[in-house]
Amino acid sequence: MTFINYAAREINCKIVYYGPGLCGKTTNLQYIYDRTNPAAKGKLISLATETDRTLFFDFLPLDLGTVRGFKTRFHLYTVPGQVFYDASRKLILKGVDGVVFVADSQEARMDANVESLQNLEKNLHEHGFDLATIPYVLQLNKRDLPTAVAADEMYRQLNFKGEPTFEATAPTGVGVFDTLKAVAKQVLMELRKK
Amino acid sequence: MTDFVLFDEEFQQIKEVIGRLKADAQAKVVFIVDKNGQQIAAQGDLESLDTTSLASLTAGNVAATDGLAKLIGEKEFPVLFHEGEKDNVYISIVGQRVILVIIFDERSSLGLVRLRVRKATQDLERIFDAIQRKVEEEKERRHEGVDSPFAEITDEDIDSLFRE
Repeated sequence: MTFINYAAREINCKIVYYGPGLCGKTTNLQYIYDRTNPAAKGKLISLATETDRTLFFDFLPLDLGTVRGFKTRFHLYTVPGQVFYDASRKLILKGVDGVVFVADSQEARMDANVESLQNLEKNLHEHGFDLATIPYVLQLNKRDLPTAVAADEMYRQLNFKGEPTFEATAPTGVGVFDTLKAVAKQVLMELRKK
Repeated sequence: MTDFVLFDEEFQQIKEVIGRLKADAQAKVVFIVDKNGQQIAAQGDLESLDTTSLASLTAGNVAATDGLAKLIGEKEFPVLFHEGEKDNVYISIVGQRVILVIIFDERSSLGLVRLRVRKATQDLERIFDAIQRKVEEEKERRHEGVDSPFAEITDEDIDSLFRE
């Protein structure tokens, strides 16, 4: 749900990074945070456990610039990936404008990817959204690992509707901004239709 | 899903109501956040405060508490109160849609805050109802062919956001 503020001339959008545990959602946000000009970003907030696993969410506010006289502000969130945090995951999807699914390329995580994607579809439904119509991007992360499954095989198993798909290595930033741009673009395009 | 739209007229009204609430409740800061974590308006000593983070964490807090409420069969917990050593935070849900947050210290009291919030909540509900009506009317007009100001966003506009 985009928040259009005519008083402050701002458009506020919410993007959620989804995916199985340890797939690199937080690493994506961390890289964006590290590489963004301080004037264009707020604080990166991580509600994590003592072992640095996301407990509730990470949050990063980002100013992308001005479109038609309106400042565009994106609020990036990650969900906790671990299966048993489903109740928290559901809460974070509330009012979402665009979703990035971060898939883990390691062969051993393919089942977890599929399960998480099904979980995303179900949780979106509960908020009245449809994965088929919501702005959505797929990221194949951890491409640098030797056990990475071939990208076209992952595409076959995980691509849901022909959404833009990017290969990434989040710690070094490969594919991170391409992913963000692709989802932000879809969200703004969506605004045009309204 | 309907977007949340805030027009200048209502924004001024909201600021006036929370400004008055801040004075009446002798609070340090009063602000309003929507349930998705977007800050709508704020009044008070905001210099030292990261209001964007505050807004997102407040919404997360309310969402988690709402989840808890549903688990035990309650509709919601309309009020949350956090007591600190110096500062306290009073959080109240307005019209099931937005969140009113009051930060206060020993110059005020929970009783006073609670009392003043009750009055302000009625005023705020009226304003947010008006916003809702306006958004509906706008939607009607769009159906009649009046364009949204965003209808003319071009690919070029969007691409220019991402140029280094």
